[in-house]
Amino acid sequence: MAERSFEVSRLPGFATVAIAVFVLLYLPILTLVVFSFNSGPSIAVWQGWSLHWYTDAWNNEAVKGATIRSLIIATAASAVATSVATMAALGTTRRAAFGGQTFIYVVINQPLMVPEIVTAVALLILFGVVKQATGYQGLGYLILAHAAFCTPFAYLPIRARLEGMDLSLETAACDLYANPWQTFRHVTLPLLAPGIAAGAMLAFVISLDDVVITEFVKSGGQDTLPTYMLGQMRRAITPEVNAISTALLGLTVVLLTLFFILTRKKN
Amino acid sequence: MTQKVAITAQNVVKAFGQGAAAVRALDDVSVDIATGEFFTLLGPSGCGKTTLLRLIAGFEMPTAGKILIDGADVTEMPPNRRPVNTVFQSYALFPHLTVAENIGFGLKMQGRPKAEVAATTTEMLALVKLDAMADRKISQLSGGQQQRVALARALAPRPKVLLLDEPLSALDLKLRKKMQVELKRLQTETGITFVFVTHDQEEALTMSDRIAVMSAGKIQQIGAPREIYTRPVNRFVASFVGETNFLPVTATPQGARLSTGDVIAAEGEGSVLIVRPEQLRLGPAGVGAGLAAKVTGVVYFGTDIHVNLSLADGTALTARVPSPVDGGADFATGQDVAVTFQPGAARLIRE
Repeated sequence: MAERSFEVSRLPGFATVAIAVFVLLYLPILTLVVFSFNSGPSIAVWQGWSLHWYTDAWNNEAVKGATIRSLIIATAASAVATSVATMAALGTTRRAAFGGQTFIYVVINQPLMVPEIVTAVALLILFGVVKQATGYQGLGYLILAHAAFCTPFAYLPIRARLEGMDLSLETAACDLYANPWQTFRHVTLPLLAPGIAAGAMLAFVISLDDVVITEFVKSGGQDTLPTYMLGQMRRAITPEVNAISTALLGLTVVLLTLFFILTRKKN
Repeated sequence: MTQKVAITAQNVVKAFGQGAAAVRALDDVSVDIATGEFFTLLGPSGCGKTTLLRLIAGFEMPTAGKILIDGADVTEMPPNRRPVNTVFQSYALFPHLTVAENIGFGLKMQGRPKAEVAATTTEMLALVKLDAMADRKISQLSGGQQQRVALARALAPRPKVLLLDEPLSALDLKLRKKMQVELKRLQTETGITFVFVTHDQEEALTMSDRIAVMSAGKIQQIGAPREIYTRPVNRFVASFVGETNFLPVTATPQGARLSTGDVIAAEGEGSVLIVRPEQLRLGPAGVGAGLAAKVTGVVYFGTDIHVNLSLADGTALTARVPSPVDGGADFATGQDVAVTFQPGAARLIRE
């Protein structure tokens, strides 16, 4: 009786294409994970189960250093990016529309559109000048660079959350004697918290994963986990890299799962 | 007015947009609302009633004119410093707080001591009969219960004036009738001035002490419900509040002459004669006085029936007569009747 509407899953070959796509997406990752448990030194020939690449990686001082550096940068950069993104989101949604609003969106989301390699070279040149002038060589450059390209990733979920929030709640708070700061503290912020947490997690994952900009901006001895791995690839590849990748994958999956739980629409 | 004035609007203008495209949502509105009064702003959507409410609350600034609360000029004062609270059409309850926390919010923001906040919250919960719901989340409440929380939250800080923006429009008919009685009880018990916005004329008539009928950014008439209904000043008020028959007339020394030539005694002045459908009496044709008319249709409403009539020259009229008991008088299409007016029912108004 009911008219059959168009459904993509009824098209011929749908199942085949879907399966092929999932195989292409996940087979490499699966291979990577499996070979991280290989007992031999090859990433192509299976020689039996072992955890020794994990213990090797764990005991490798270079890996330890890079991991700690990665976590410091990701934590600091996502904190900066999330703060900036929260303010930007409030500024672009909690006020009357203004001229140049589209321009502001473009400026905030610029890192999503400009090729990463361009940003990397630009930062390399700029930081070169600053290093010359100040003599500072620390992790600050990497943190700033990461904060810059993580900001749009933090901005998008926060803005989405704000747009879904009824403005009349803030009006009501104001009506009930809350000054602008109290309104933010007691109404806007608690309601926005899941969006902020989601934005922070996304920024953290994006920072943790970055190779191109880090490779250009880092000074000597400032390898992060991804650039360390890249360096290893240039020499002999061992399943140690697989083990590190698998650990990173695990962390990323956990964070992204949390992200989706936080941004899920409530019925 | 001998009573104390709670709110004064002085020549208030509110324009949205700029230049030639500007729309005047309020066009030179002046009104005094007395302390302890149940005052209703009644009008169709877009008439400016909600804009006036938002100006009193402080959510908007007037383009020109002044707003006074208890004699003090609050035109430039932000909403959080005005001694008024609002019940929003959407309720705007805080979803992350419990019922009790919602009700106590205003007092907490005012920095009142914890004990006082707790005591007032308990008192308010009792007032709106939600004692058992104190620790519930807002999402666990029904629409009617949310409505009560919104009321309690706005009443808790004991505002000088409570503003209500169509608070009953989201409720079903039965619940709405119940809440009308409830609101009137709350207003009498607390003695707080209520400013109530609605487009529902019945709601306005049953609850208000006074009504301001608004249209196109202007107040058309202010008066008690009976006054508004029985002595509307113009065609808009007469047609918006209740149903009315409009008959074009010419004034003569003997009275108002209808287009049929009949002359009717009527109070007021103007070129339109109004008479409410329930003030018409239908009798058998050719017996005694009355306008000759033909029944063109009968609509049964349960409590009464609406009889559509056509005068000799084709002018249409509607009469509302009590429902006939089985076997009692009824009307049939095509029947000839004589129409008489209740004494004093006919009034003349300006166009």
